[in-house]
Amino acid sequence: MSQAQLTREVARRVFASEFNDSTYAFKESDDERAPNYALLPTGDRANRVFFVGTLTETEDVGDESEYWRGRVVDPTGTFFVYAGQYQPEAAAVLRDTEPPAYVAIVGKPRTYETDDGTVNVSVRPESIAVVDEATRDRWVLECAERTLDRIDAFREWEADQEAPESGSTVPTNEYAQMARERYEFPIENYRRDVIAALESLEQVEASA
Amino acid sequence: MSDVRQHAEDIHAQFSDHVDDTVDDIHERLTTLVDEYKVPIDEARRSVTTHYLEEAGLEREDISSGSSEAAKIEEIDEPEAWVDLTAKVIELWEPRSDSIAQVGLLGDPTGTIKFTKWAKSDLPSLDEGGVYTLRNVVTDEYQGRYSVKLNSTTVVEELDEEIEVGDDTSEIEGALVDMQSGSGLIKRCPEDDCTYVLQNGRCPDHGEVEGEFDLRIKGVVDDGLDAHEVIFDAEATQSLTGISLEEAKEMAMDALDTTVVADEIRDRVVGTYYRVEGPTFGRYVLADDVEELDGPVDGEQLLIKARSM
Repeated sequence: MSQAQLTREVARRVFASEFNDSTYAFKESDDERAPNYALLPTGDRANRVFFVGTLTETEDVGDESEYWRGRVVDPTGTFFVYAGQYQPEAAAVLRDTEPPAYVAIVGKPRTYETDDGTVNVSVRPESIAVVDEATRDRWVLECAERTLDRIDAFREWEADQEAPESGSTVPTNEYAQMARERYEFPIENYRRDVIAALESLEQVEASA
Repeated sequence: MSDVRQHAEDIHAQFSDHVDDTVDDIHERLTTLVDEYKVPIDEARRSVTTHYLEEAGLEREDISSGSSEAAKIEEIDEPEAWVDLTAKVIELWEPRSDSIAQVGLLGDPTGTIKFTKWAKSDLPSLDEGGVYTLRNVVTDEYQGRYSVKLNSTTVVEELDEEIEVGDDTSEIEGALVDMQSGSGLIKRCPEDDCTYVLQNGRCPDHGEVEGEFDLRIKGVVDDGLDAHEVIFDAEATQSLTGISLEEAKEMAMDALDTTVVADEIRDRVVGTYYRVEGPTFGRYVLADDVEELDGPVDGEQLLIKARSM
């Protein structure tokens, strides 16, 4: 290997509601090949995400070549997944899978601005696998845990900003800072979504 | 503290084992150069350092260029860094050369690392089971594994305390998010003690050889915080996928193509949650113990936490 191996980017766990609010994208260096990140409103950066949800609808929205759009629903909202000729394996799964089905998706966040100025966030999949309900439930739990950790860190940082003289040892949180500058979404929204997601797991158990 | 004073202390730390001059002596030398001769501080430091190198009979390479930092063993991830370690001597090995005084394994709560102590460094002998603070050791790397070298500037301090030694075993719980190339049915060099995977029928050491089939997965297990590269050997691959080496060979034979094996494996493992346990080797974790996480989950504790936040 001639060049230094870049560290592989971690796949963040983020619910659809927060993912779709992650409209601000940035790079951390001027290098052309520098990775793109989506800024999560709970204060982290995501170059890659992993999520599991229900594929509810697929449609070929391409003109000349196939371009598949899939809607993948989690307890908080809908992920929009687009796969075309450059993601042949993922496109094939969207073409061949009959909704509804549980799918696990690894992919990259992409943003695009519509004519009216709204920024939409979608997923360009690296892989799509059909999975079972147990995997979906495990993801909901894991995603809830990671989201709460981010909210915790965000609030700690925020409290520290308001009382800087207390000499606390809260680490700096550069992405929380960035999120507060870029977004107006209250963090509380995402805590409520976590609660709703976890409650949906409990209900399934209760009715089982 | 003034700049000059800081430089004097740094130099003193570098040479404290070798020369008797105090920080004040060194400070005076620096001050003379800076104040009287108007030499820039960097040049003054260089001049004073050279003076002490000569006095101590050392080479410039023998001393650290900057101050070393206290480090944990698992944090060591680059060669030629100067660090301070507090570690226990887990075992001593037989040196294979006269130039090496002692060689063995150091451990701290975060992991273990090989150390080498040069004969010419003239340091006190380390005892097996002893706990030491080692200041000014330099890191080295060979094929992705790190070691530390004790040298003539290293300061050895024996501590009268016990420290717990962590092993290098990693335990990861996460989703398998990617399978890398070099997975599936592969061919290895058949030579004794050679484990190279053949590329187009060639071994980097032994050239063109008749390879032996093996089965493995080079996967990425990701817990949302870190992406871990994990190697599953034939046995672990079979326990994950139900495909044995023999079956993999049959599949490839039927299809006249080995890539069908990798494709089939990918379909079965990507997007699945696993718990993986095993030793770390370079950037890889070798999966000794693998369990698919397919049982029910309980969100009650987390729900209580989320509601109380």
